[in-house]
Amino acid sequence: MTKEYKTIREISGPLIFVEKTEPIGYNELVNITLADGTTKRGQVLDTSDDIVVVQVFEGTGGLNRDCGVRFTGETIKLPVSKDLLGRILSGSGEPLDGGPRIVPEDRIDINGAAINPYARLPPKDFIQTGISTIDGMNTLVRGQKLPIFSGSGLPHNEIALQIARQAKVMGEGEEFAVVFAAMGITNEEAQYFMQDFERTGALERAVVFLNLADDPAVERLITPRLALTAAEYLAYEHDMHVLVILTDITNYCEALRQMGAAREEVPGRRGYPGYMYTDLASLYERAGVVKGKKGSVTQFSILSMPGDDITHPIPDLSGYITEGQIVISRELHRKGIYPPVNVLPSLSRLMNSGIGAGRTRDDHKPVSDQIYAAYAEGRDLRGLVAIVGKDALSDRDKKLLEFADMFEDRFVRQGTDENRTIEETLDLGWELLAELPEALLTRIDNKYIDKYHPAHKKAKAGKKE
Amino acid sequence: MKNKGEIYRISGPVVIISGINTKMYDVVKVGNEGLMGEVIGIEGDKSTVQVYEETSGLRPGEPVENTGMPLSVELGPGLLESIYDGIQRPLPVLRETMGDFIKRGVFADGLSREKEWDFKPSVKKGAKVERGTIIGTVQETQNIEHRIMVPPRVSGKVAEIKKGKFKVDEVVCVLEDGTELTLMQKWPVRVPRPVSKKLMPNKPLITGQRILDGLFPVAKGGTAAIPGPFGSGKTVTQQQLAKWSDTEIVVYIGCGERGNEMADVLNEFPELEDPKTGRPLMERTVLIANTSNMPVAAREASVYTGITIAEYYRDMGYDVSLMADSTSRWAEAMREISSRLEEMPGEEGYPAYLAGKLSEFYERAGRVDALSGKEGSITVIGAVSPPGGDFSEPVTQNTLRIVKVFWALDAKLAQRRHFPSINWLNSYSLYSKVLGGWYNENVSPEWVKLRDNSMELLQKEAELQDIVQLVGSDALPEDQQLTLEIARMIREYFLQQNAFHEVDTFCPMDKQYKLLKAITTWGDKAQTALESGVPMPDILKLESKDELAKVKFEVEFDKALKVILDKMEDEFKNLRSV
Ligand SMILES: Nc1ncnc2c1ncn2[C@@H]1O[C@H](COP(=O)(O)OP(=O)(O)O)[C@@H](O)[C@H]1O
Ligand SMILES: [Mg+2]
Repeated sequence: MTKEYKTIREISGPLIFVEKTEPIGYNELVNITLADGTTKRGQVLDTSDDIVVVQVFEGTGGLNRDCGVRFTGETIKLPVSKDLLGRILSGSGEPLDGGPRIVPEDRIDINGAAINPYARLPPKDFIQTGISTIDGMNTLVRGQKLPIFSGSGLPHNEIALQIARQAKVMGEGEEFAVVFAAMGITNEEAQYFMQDFERTGALERAVVFLNLADDPAVERLITPRLALTAAEYLAYEHDMHVLVILTDITNYCEALRQMGAAREEVPGRRGYPGYMYTDLASLYERAGVVKGKKGSVTQFSILSMPGDDITHPIPDLSGYITEGQIVISRELHRKGIYPPVNVLPSLSRLMNSGIGAGRTRDDHKPVSDQIYAAYAEGRDLRGLVAIVGKDALSDRDKKLLEFADMFEDRFVRQGTDENRTIEETLDLGWELLAELPEALLTRIDNKYIDKYHPAHKKAKAGKKE
Repeated sequence: MKNKGEIYRISGPVVIISGINTKMYDVVKVGNEGLMGEVIGIEGDKSTVQVYEETSGLRPGEPVENTGMPLSVELGPGLLESIYDGIQRPLPVLRETMGDFIKRGVFADGLSREKEWDFKPSVKKGAKVERGTIIGTVQETQNIEHRIMVPPRVSGKVAEIKKGKFKVDEVVCVLEDGTELTLMQKWPVRVPRPVSKKLMPNKPLITGQRILDGLFPVAKGGTAAIPGPFGSGKTVTQQQLAKWSDTEIVVYIGCGERGNEMADVLNEFPELEDPKTGRPLMERTVLIANTSNMPVAAREASVYTGITIAEYYRDMGYDVSLMADSTSRWAEAMREISSRLEEMPGEEGYPAYLAGKLSEFYERAGRVDALSGKEGSITVIGAVSPPGGDFSEPVTQNTLRIVKVFWALDAKLAQRRHFPSINWLNSYSLYSKVLGGWYNENVSPEWVKLRDNSMELLQKEAELQDIVQLVGSDALPEDQQLTLEIARMIREYFLQQNAFHEVDTFCPMDKQYKLLKAITTWGDKAQTALESGVPMPDILKLESKDELAKVKFEVEFDKALKVILDKMEDEFKNLRSV
């Protein structure tokens, strides 16, 4: 048993300052015992002969200077075993489902270690989500980190669930699992997820970590790390393809800001810590595929943009780390379009390696580029029409304007249970492009126009007869 | 001198040590595991150390040892085709010794001590050699001859020179004063390697990217910055430059960015061919990967490690280009360390010395007369990642004060998949004028005229667009409508270039010229036709125009272009005025 100290000098926000200790390791796990016997956990943030600074995960409520502090001599670890599957745990890893404690096969440091870039395998296995704006325009691949940038009141949860339900890799029946970590979301939202997992039977192959809105904010700093540790364990020790859903990254960042303020650090942009980029990277970069391992970790997290502002530090720093983003649009949502994905600011950086002949279809990239170009121009023209009226437009511009409307109505819009194959998505794309004059299709090589353009296909079919 | 002490305090990557004598920038071994760190501050009997590895579990009281040496890199054969972390530890070696995840406390030599190289001397016994003198060569990769030089602080007469197979740390030459020279030398990364003379850049770096070579060229030995919000094309552009630039050596630094991007480069470069030599691109490349989740202090060091390696090849007489993606992450690493030191922050929390560090770094670029007597150059291209895409922030602004070329990425263009999304109105190159002569001589005497006309058209288009936004394009007079159309052709047919298209990813100068010339010719003919009374719709309908759109994708470009040009002649001849 390690020594107990009763030498708390100061308590400030989520921090306690302990003095007269023996040498204490940086980042060590700390147990704090209150007068009533309850315990809280914390982590060493700063250590020297004079003073040790500890952040307390469950919050410092109820603490006083008489509390006992024990340093465990090791960093925070998650007990893991395959029995994690099907379990619901708290934001700090304690069972919430009334089930037994996990009998650990191993105990793993939750901070993880950086994957050696030389050990990474570039992700390239196409995941079909059944959603056209994703599969067709912002393709997700195994091992990618692709968050949803959303806003309050938008249907990001529905979309995340639809993806969790429908996601599949073509032609493979490998084991896969979902790791779900809630950070500061409401009980109702959490219930929404849990019910869907139960309804579809997904819970059996899921691990759930719940830190809800009324749980301590500091705990949010470890919840995603527990989740990612569980995910890595399942992926690399048990060959599973793991989809990790972290929600809401914004609540995580708020907790980070709160900690920074408590430590009286010099704040960076808009009050967020200067190291937020590095900190977020230590979460997002835990997605990937490792050479020689069968499993993989894919992250599809949810982030709500404060004030719908994509330049806010949280989405901004995230976008600089993640391999793209799916941006949900309030405007499309108001128009009654589901899923209201605005493809223009959306991006999948790994799309190029996941698509094309042998993966999706040879015309995938040019079709997607052409739709982007046409839709962007069509949307711009909407603004112009509002000023000068439709009549002032050239024929070319009128066509583009109509294209934008059709695209939103037929390509973007789909049902919550509508699961489109990639073929269906691309054919739908061609159907829409066929409404434009062929001379406008400057992004598409003629060989694809010959092969896939509905008019050419028809002509060919006619010739054969 | 006391070179042993102990840890006093640990806060993240910053460790304070006591009871030990240090100099600034000494490398120290920290804790029981001997983690590598560098002294970055001294106060009283305490020194502040930034540690290049994870510090979890480190305790006050653990031992510290000073090596007395500054942070240095090993320079010698075997650098090419390597991939290092920020402090020159080979990532494959790290993987061998500690598995797929980066753990700590592992030391690894920058250059293999096992491999033997065939050394061919080029000096004789008795020869007088000075700093920089080439004493022999080693064939490092099929096309790169590695020139073994006398280290910058050494000179004398050759007492003995060997020939044959040697490992990098074996002696190949002894001077009369007893100084022993090996294939390898060490150099402190924070100190620029000396040169005889700095020269003015006078040749373009040909990149095969039309908007760069065509409108905003960078000179060999020049400096360029490519700022842009996330997803606007910094990394793809940097990688395109690393792939297709006509330099002899490429140093690519992934500084605080994504692991998968580095994996991608590692995967691709051995497969791709250098268009000039036909050899795998990897054979001319050194990669440095200190990704965003790797220790932040090593990220800070990574750009210095990279530029020192670049200088070393420059000293041999090579044209080197260095890409740093992203310099903002380097600046942020400085900020993180600085704030742990509780230094007075400057603008947006960056240390007050930010501007100084940036300019010192870019100053290491240049075309030079090297000490070896050869001419070499380093072209530095830095990506900048402004928060929120706002170019007024400190890193972008301080960088723009230094560099001569500004490739302004534009999120709006990226959103409509206009790539490269370099904004042609905001970007500039201060080398355009100086390099004009080279283009006229080596590409075509018309080049500068073609380029200037195109730029002018694009400017005019922007002005006309402002009017269109108010009245619609149909309200413009026909000649202005035609101007808009030709400008569109320049944008879509010439400037747009898909990095992922097999053929279009690289566009030789000759093809660039022919393509721009063809578009301009079409425009001139259209103008003439319009003036002679041909109705606009008839001109816009011409098939040759639509065909020009896709000719860049053709494998047999010259042939395809000829067909189009002939058709263009015919079509315009057959136009009838009303
Ligand atoms: N020249 C190009 N050709 C085709 N696609 C490009 C080009 N430049 C950028 N892209 C697209 O834009 C995406 C983002 O580019 P990237 O260079 O990663 O942006 P950044 O580094 O600025 O965040 C890429 O994944 C790619 O799809
Ligand atoms: Mg990038």
